[in-house]
Amino acid sequence: MTGFLKSREAILLGALIALILVVEMRFSGFAAPGNLADVFNDTSILIILALGQTLVILTRCIDLSQASNLALTGMVTAMLNASMPGLPVVVLLAIAMGLGLVMGAFNGILVWKLEIPPIVVTLGTLTIYRGIIFVVSGGEWVNSHEMSAAYKAFPRAEFLSLPVMSWICLAVIAAFAIGVNRTALGRAFYAAGGNPGAAVYTGIDVGKTRFWAFVIAGGLAGLCGYLWVSRYAVAYTDVAGGFELDIVAACVVGGIAIMGGSGTVLGAVLGALFLGTIKNALPVAGISPFWQMAISGAAIIIAVAFNTRRETGRVILKSAEAKA
Amino acid sequence: MSITKNIALATGLFAGLMGTTALAQDNTRIALVAKSLGNGFFEAAARGAEEAAEEIGNVEIIYTGPTSTTAEGQIEVINSLIAQQVDAIAVSTNDPDALVPALERAMQRGITVISWDSGVAPEGRQMHLAPSSDELIGKTIIKLAADHMPDGGQVAVLSATSTSTNQNAWIAEMESVMDQYPDIEVVANVYGDDLADKSYRETQGLLQSYPDLDAIIAPTSVGIVAAAQAVQDAGKVGEVNVTGLGLPSEMAGAIESGASESFAIWNPVDLGYAAATIAYNLATGEATAEPGAEIDMGRMGTVTLDENTTAAMSEPFTYDASNIDEFKEVF
Repeated sequence: MTGFLKSREAILLGALIALILVVEMRFSGFAAPGNLADVFNDTSILIILALGQTLVILTRCIDLSQASNLALTGMVTAMLNASMPGLPVVVLLAIAMGLGLVMGAFNGILVWKLEIPPIVVTLGTLTIYRGIIFVVSGGEWVNSHEMSAAYKAFPRAEFLSLPVMSWICLAVIAAFAIGVNRTALGRAFYAAGGNPGAAVYTGIDVGKTRFWAFVIAGGLAGLCGYLWVSRYAVAYTDVAGGFELDIVAACVVGGIAIMGGSGTVLGAVLGALFLGTIKNALPVAGISPFWQMAISGAAIIIAVAFNTRRETGRVILKSAEAKA
Repeated sequence: MSITKNIALATGLFAGLMGTTALAQDNTRIALVAKSLGNGFFEAAARGAEEAAEEIGNVEIIYTGPTSTTAEGQIEVINSLIAQQVDAIAVSTNDPDALVPALERAMQRGITVISWDSGVAPEGRQMHLAPSSDELIGKTIIKLAADHMPDGGQVAVLSATSTSTNQNAWIAEMESVMDQYPDIEVVANVYGDDLADKSYRETQGLLQSYPDLDAIIAPTSVGIVAAAQAVQDAGKVGEVNVTGLGLPSEMAGAIESGASESFAIWNPVDLGYAAATIAYNLATGEATAEPGAEIDMGRMGTVTLDENTTAAMSEPFTYDASNIDEFKEVF
């Protein structure tokens, strides 16, 4: 327990609670459970994407194409829905995830087989995927009256007083908490990023591990593509423009080491929630819009400053250190 | 069929052809050049031009344009129109400068050249017909909100970015006429940056911060759609009216759900009608394009040219449940 209190996650959790209380002082009702549930729901997409990004960053890579992947799958599902309104949402979800997986795999192959630096690969695919949206849509919007009622209703449907979107997010968090900590592949992500040379000697294929990180990140981006377009009930070429930076920022705030090998699922979730809370708080806090961007940027730097100050070398054998 | 009948038919056809050619010579031929063909907005403008032609009588409208929105394509189209010796060219340009040489050549050949919708640089045209002006848009957006607030109340503005010139000019014009609406208070100006998610969140913030809000004015097509969706999701349809500037195809869902009572944007039919009428009046010498000149636009009234020989047609056209179905397929 004292271990947790000293951890960066605990500090971030404290910062998050402090942030919520500060906003509550300026705008009463912000900390009400109902409102917090709304904030969580609004941040769901960012959390899911940040978790995918976490895996990629853990392996010392970065995926800047997530937002473009999201926008393209969102557009494709919206166009499919507009032309075939009878197609069940489950099928669209599967298509969205499948398409996202393919795009993630494309990134992964280039990083794995051609050994191109991930930032170059994903900067390229960021533009490619965004460009394909123009090709498939011809620059046209898909508007809310063209989407079927079921398409728009799915993430909004309430189940045990939480919207389905929040449930999907909770399910992804749970899957990550188990998968990253309790599976061989999950631990391989840490090993591949923490010390790629040593990882090879333990029998881990670093390239392949990176490939799987990109595939999972891509699949989740695809899932979010449907969720995003359905939530805002509009698909156009600029959907989620610039959102890749929010995702990386959420990971960094959450203490995922950009050099790989270190970071937790809880950290990524809290990092995303921290940004999501700022995004939701600024409109109600009565702060001049001219200051908002500067404030959210400052909050990110402060959060990261707190996180990195505590970095004092990586402890490999905790028990040994405790005895010494 | 007998030979005599054939001959009779052929003679008839020939006479008919002669007839149309003779008629065409008397007609004023006005070319309406679109940014590209197959775009609903310009198809609707062409319908308006045809309407003007019917009204005036001896006018033939040639609706044409390139297949994709390029300046090169438009130059080709204009060169062929010069060869056909049309009487007037009314163009919505893809590039304000690239078309100037071709259009100058047209003017040298005695062809009347005007631009409409998207303007050509002054040396390449006799006048430009803008769909609207900052002042008219500013007046319209507050009127749209006020029309559904008989007892006054609170309105908020959801703009694009804090630096977008158009939106800021429109909002400034709106604020300058606020003294005509003493019961209406503008409580907030927020910026959605033309991003669907930020606009949605800003709208949620407005709904929370101002529980008595009566209307949201969003003079941006991304913002108005996101605001309408946020109002609908918050269950505030009927309490908060979302209005502003949007496209009928994008706003049809919001009108259907009731989140928006009405919104505005220029009417392409009126614009095509006005452009054709002005082109006719200039080509026939009934008006001259010079600063300060007043030109008749038929049912759209008259326009006065400013020092850049530019004129604004009218305030934006209002769309609501009564006409949305007609226009949502158009643009």
